[in-house]
Amino acid sequence: MQWDIVIGLEIHVQLATRTKIFSGSSTAYGAEPNTQANAVDLAMPGTLPVPNEQAFRYAVMFGLAVNAEIERRSVFERKNYFYPDLPKGYQTTQLERPIVGPGYVDIDLANGETRRVRIHHAHLEEDAGKSLHEDFHGMTGIDLNRAGTPLIEVVTEPDMSNAAEAVACARKLHGIVTSLGICDGDMSQGSMRFDVNISLKPKGSEILGTRTETKNLNSFRFMEQAIAHEVERQMDILEDGGTIVQETRLYNGDRDQSRSMRTKEEANDYRYFPCPDLLPVEIDDAFIDEARNSLPELPDARKARFMEQYGLNDYDAGLLASDAKLATFFETTAERGKDAKLASNWVQGEFSARLNAEEKSVADSPISGAQLGDLVVRIADNTISSAGAKKVFEALWSGENDNVDAIIDARGLKQVSDSGELEKMVEEVLASMPDQVAQYQQESDPKKRKKMLGGFMGPLMKASKGQGNPKLFNEILVKKLGG
Amino acid sequence: MTISREDIEKVAVLARIRVDEEQVSALEKDLGNILDLVDQLSAADTDSVEPMAHPLNAVQRLRPDVVTETNQREAFQAIAPATENGLYLVPRVIE
Repeated sequence: MQWDIVIGLEIHVQLATRTKIFSGSSTAYGAEPNTQANAVDLAMPGTLPVPNEQAFRYAVMFGLAVNAEIERRSVFERKNYFYPDLPKGYQTTQLERPIVGPGYVDIDLANGETRRVRIHHAHLEEDAGKSLHEDFHGMTGIDLNRAGTPLIEVVTEPDMSNAAEAVACARKLHGIVTSLGICDGDMSQGSMRFDVNISLKPKGSEILGTRTETKNLNSFRFMEQAIAHEVERQMDILEDGGTIVQETRLYNGDRDQSRSMRTKEEANDYRYFPCPDLLPVEIDDAFIDEARNSLPELPDARKARFMEQYGLNDYDAGLLASDAKLATFFETTAERGKDAKLASNWVQGEFSARLNAEEKSVADSPISGAQLGDLVVRIADNTISSAGAKKVFEALWSGENDNVDAIIDARGLKQVSDSGELEKMVEEVLASMPDQVAQYQQESDPKKRKKMLGGFMGPLMKASKGQGNPKLFNEILVKKLGG
Repeated sequence: MTISREDIEKVAVLARIRVDEEQVSALEKDLGNILDLVDQLSAADTDSVEPMAHPLNAVQRLRPDVVTETNQREAFQAIAPATENGLYLVPRVIE
């Protein structure tokens, strides 16, 4: 049987405010446990929440960036459930009147087409604390520093039909919130958390199937794997005549396995009601206009500028512009390196590959955009070959030395580009290989000739101790051998 | 409007309140009466009335994003039943 896959996303975005959504406690990451959990966060009797204006500003900025209606009057509800990392016994959230109404984002697909994904709404809410399940004499440890950290939960319509589209949408939203500067976007630290709702229906059917929600996706790679995994699981069940149970599943990326976390039936009875501790929040046009005026360059506009300003193609520009930090890194590299195309290749190639391999974000990179720019300068002016450049990159990355020219000198990577010197080497090598020279000159097939040229390169590189400029060697060879 | 035994048992579970078998009958009557009382409200025509979010006709004041709280962990943990390494300890939670 043929199936249609239907995917919707729910994204929790931790807002980069200095303080919590309802209290003046710091939200700085990495503090000692419970040193940033105070009376309001701990739900001490007699305390009252006071909302953080910046959280509203950030939510409004997000709404404007996804072409959404901003709700002028928003209301907080209580979502009631018991869990030790939720001291109040309810999460303060928005249900009926979320701050951000319907909007959309356009995502670029691999085939060059654009797909519109509708945003159902986005609402403000508070994060919970963290439970540490290591063994504390058979007990669970609770750190409430995160409790009360402001979040926006973004809910998309089920407009995606495969893993690649879902990841493209997730990346797009990641690029938007990091460009806005309302979230640091660090998925490994939980600053942005994606839940994926997946259901299958017979191809062409109008009726949606039962969906499951997969949580705990802390990288785009895991997200893609988890979707593939869940689609296959549901397909197997349905094709064996079974039914899908509506449930929340936890995905373990290291093992490519998922397990049921809870069935929704009982847990879903949250008994929402308007929070009596909070009055409705009203936002006026001046507040919205101010937020609109403070919007920075967003990924779509940045992509267009990269194509225009640096002459990059659609694909390269889109990729570099998608992430605010990567975009800034690229611009530093390009401006310092004076060769945008080469900068683009190195940022997307060697640099991104190393970050991925070490699961680092741009912010954790041991090398700076300026350093990579210096390297680009030396590649562009033929001081070093691309093989030499890789060695310099390694040395920068490992922290052996932070200066490109110093590394080139120390490692003797400077190419010999003096044509007189190179010419002499070519003459010597050709003189020592008369048979090969004769063969070359008798050969008329240009393809074979090209291949035979390679046979001279080895001895030439050896003669120059690996420092001869390969491009110049090639030119001289062709000239000396007669075309 | 009546409330069933199952409803009461379910609400008790959600609220983490232990309700004994004999209490259920009494609650059935009490909660039923309360619901009947509240139910009288449905006689009013509310079609054109926006649901009330708060009884006060006022707007929420917002707070600037400035840290005003200091670390008072010691004071808060002094009244906690169990702590270790700065963490609050609770009976083991298994997902």
